[in-house]
Amino acid sequence: MKRISMTVNGVRHEADVEPRTLLVHFIREQLELTGTNVGCDTSSCGACTILMNGQSVKSCTVLAVQADGADVATVEGLASNGDWHPIQRAFHEQHGLQCGFCTPGMMMAAVGYLDENPSPTEDEVRLALEGNLCRCTGYHNIVKAVLAAADDMGS
Amino acid sequence: MATAEKYVGGGVPRKEDPKLLTGQGQFLEGLTLPGMLHAALVRSPHGSARINSVDVSAAAAAEGVVVAYSGADLADEWAAGLPMAWPVTDDIRIPDHWPVAQDVARYVGDAVAVVVATSRNAALDAAELVEVEYGVQEAVVDVEAALADDAPRVHESFDDNKSYTWALTNGDVDAAFAKADVVVSERYTQPRLIPNAMEPRAVVAQSVPSTGDFTVWSTTQIPHVAKVLFALTLGIPEGQIRVIAPTDVGGGFGSKLNVYAEEALCIALARRLGRPVKWVAGRSEGYLATIHGRDQIQQIEIAATSDGDILGYRVNIAAAMGAYLQLVAPGVPLLGAFLYCGCYGGEAYHFECTGVFTNTTPTDAYRGAGRPEATYAIERAIDALAREVGVDPAEIRRRNFLPAGDMVQSPGGLAFDSADYEPALDRALELLDYDGFRSDQAERREGGGSRQIGVGFSSYVEICGLAPSQVLASLKYAAGGWDAATVRMLPTGKAEVVTGSSPHGQGHVTSWSQIAADALGIPYEDVTVLHGDTHVAPHGMNTYGSRSLAVAGVAVHNACDRVVDKARGLAAHLLEVAPEDLEYEAGTFSVKGVPDRTKSMPELAFAAWTAHSLPEDSEPGLEASCVYDPPNFTFPFGTHVAVVEVDTDTGAVDLVRYIAVDDCGPVINPVIVDGQVHGGVAQGIAAALYEEATYAEDGTLETSSMVNYLVPSAAEFPSFETDRTVTPSTSNPMGVKGIGEAGTIGSAPAVINAIVDALSHLGVTDVPMPASPERVWRAIQAAQGGEA
Repeated sequence: MKRISMTVNGVRHEADVEPRTLLVHFIREQLELTGTNVGCDTSSCGACTILMNGQSVKSCTVLAVQADGADVATVEGLASNGDWHPIQRAFHEQHGLQCGFCTPGMMMAAVGYLDENPSPTEDEVRLALEGNLCRCTGYHNIVKAVLAAADDMGS
Repeated sequence: MATAEKYVGGGVPRKEDPKLLTGQGQFLEGLTLPGMLHAALVRSPHGSARINSVDVSAAAAAEGVVVAYSGADLADEWAAGLPMAWPVTDDIRIPDHWPVAQDVARYVGDAVAVVVATSRNAALDAAELVEVEYGVQEAVVDVEAALADDAPRVHESFDDNKSYTWALTNGDVDAAFAKADVVVSERYTQPRLIPNAMEPRAVVAQSVPSTGDFTVWSTTQIPHVAKVLFALTLGIPEGQIRVIAPTDVGGGFGSKLNVYAEEALCIALARRLGRPVKWVAGRSEGYLATIHGRDQIQQIEIAATSDGDILGYRVNIAAAMGAYLQLVAPGVPLLGAFLYCGCYGGEAYHFECTGVFTNTTPTDAYRGAGRPEATYAIERAIDALAREVGVDPAEIRRRNFLPAGDMVQSPGGLAFDSADYEPALDRALELLDYDGFRSDQAERREGGGSRQIGVGFSSYVEICGLAPSQVLASLKYAAGGWDAATVRMLPTGKAEVVTGSSPHGQGHVTSWSQIAADALGIPYEDVTVLHGDTHVAPHGMNTYGSRSLAVAGVAVHNACDRVVDKARGLAAHLLEVAPEDLEYEAGTFSVKGVPDRTKSMPELAFAAWTAHSLPEDSEPGLEASCVYDPPNFTFPFGTHVAVVEVDTDTGAVDLVRYIAVDDCGPVINPVIVDGQVHGGVAQGIAAALYEEATYAEDGTLETSSMVNYLVPSAAEFPSFETDRTVTPSTSNPMGVKGIGEAGTIGSAPAVINAIVDALSHLGVTDVPMPASPERVWRAIQAAQGGEA
């Protein structure tokens, strides 16, 4: 077991973890933040995407011990004081989700990307979300939502 | 307060979203119960192998492990094998299918042992310690190879690998072919596909040993059907099983329309151990242990006049069942059996299908189930006919469309409601600017560059809402075609809708709220929809086959009408007039000619609850139920158009435009309908261009994870262009049809037809799915007479 500490959605946590514990399992099972989903075992689907020190990462690709000292943001931290983040509003308004399983990771990937590129084109959004798979929406409304969120955040 | 606002037809944002957008989705992996144990399965790495011995002792002794069992250890748990509910012929061969194999493992992934531990990691670690001695046998993985005389047998107890042959003939097929000027004869392969719902399957089973009651949470599309089948498989009285499909199930596409080994196994383990048992599939494990789709070889012949008027059809299908028969697998080809003539006419039709065992993961219904395969074959073949007779592909479709009308007789044997196929084609051509496209294409060809463009059409008709129950009986489908709803006005004036559908992304909570809010005249926000828990919604036939709106949604509509009827009696009583003296609009009854004498639905709900003054023949409460058994299938249709750019040097295909004009009748929520089309279209395009599950000869699944099975991302698609025509179904009072699978049904042939069109000047007439750059390049080389 190894002692780690990290800030998740603004709250500092300290915990003992097995060295093999994946960050996503730490978040889901030890912190009981189950909004971040696990959709595969090959770092392919992106359902578990979170922000680590502001960068989007697949939390199944990071060991919890590697996140020692990091500042982590998950879907549960997107809204502040009950106000939805523009990406949440946009996904709702543009029907950017159906079953909703990929949605937390998709939104976190989008938030990370819009931080790097606040005014993307449609093609840029499509490329930026390449690491996040959705089986319900055909991505059409997800892309619209990310573009709408970019507009909203820029205005 | 009554509201005049109409919700049906409007794109109200979904009620399902807030929890899913904030990380509060209630997916099953998040469920933990006190004392819960975790199961991990040991699966055969061989396509076909005798199980000579299973030694679980090392696993059982590992840290955290409670118990480990072989298939033989569990044999007395099963009152019956895993269920198969669609024995399509009287002489179909149905193999035993035990949740854990006992003597022979018949595909890579067939469970041979289970380890139960206090944590998932402990169970997975210990599963590695189970020692299985296999006697490896020759496997057969290809559907045609499995039909060869000397093929290894998947089931030794059968003479060969055929499960069944099912045939259908309408009219004099030989005569139609005898008088034909042209016959096109095509052979197509439907690659095996992996459904890939984003949420992996999971199950939690809990027993109460003192009462013998069980609660089973499963990521299922069919909680009610599963309840019946769990009872039969495990020998548990049905009334003592409660099945819960969680509020949020992360997609299905048919992959959760089944009764799986792991569900039965967790129930059996909970029964033995008296503790809750949970199993969650890893994605790669799911690739082995969750049903696959398609995997058919199709032969289709069309007989026609020299003008391209179709006279007859001959179709022969070999359909892989996999190693066992999953829940409705034999019937999947039958769902397409009537549709190999598409939306076209003709005098005669013959269809024949053989279901074939192979040493592969069982197949079953994957989005569209039989109809995408049928539509692919006819829409590719009609293009072949167009080339043969020198008629434009849009024109040959128009020329052969069945006439517009209701209950139009199709050569396939069904009568199609709400047929009107030309307007959808016309609209698609208009959106495309067909003439403009052909002139661009001619310019490109004259330019002679390596980037050529093509357009492909697909005009489909499909069948939704499997019904009525009597017709399902004639097809030997062992379930009904009905669904159920209860609508209940609550004392506070709000309403509760209890539905037998079991949504997993389709937005039923939103759509059913729209239907009920309009019918009851209350705000959309005041409607609650309950689903998925057999204790809450006791009756249902669940969600598959694009049936939910056309069956369960109509049940909601009808139940609302019955609530209004009952409310009318109460209103008349309270207002001291005859019921026929009342007018009803938007949730308010008013006395004809005395518009200020009214009773609103919330007032009546409260009065019905207090029951202080009721009509003589009336009981307290204001609720009604409907079990709706539709009189017929519904028949959505449409025309889809794909535009591709193909690099003739590399074979790379770029999908440039995708136009979908669908007719699903009146629309409850256009935003949701568009979303269904987008997702369906994406899955069909994925089949056309990217996805294919392949097996090595020894039965190893080569595409064993998301790394090498190509689920496309946003970068692989353009934005889609959608439009609709609206031709109401006459089979139900709402006129609705179904849209969940139309996109998948229409799209794959449009894409492949477009690729062939782009390369037609090079002599290319066929590119198999998925049209990888290599396959496209080889098709070009072959057509040019080069190395291929």
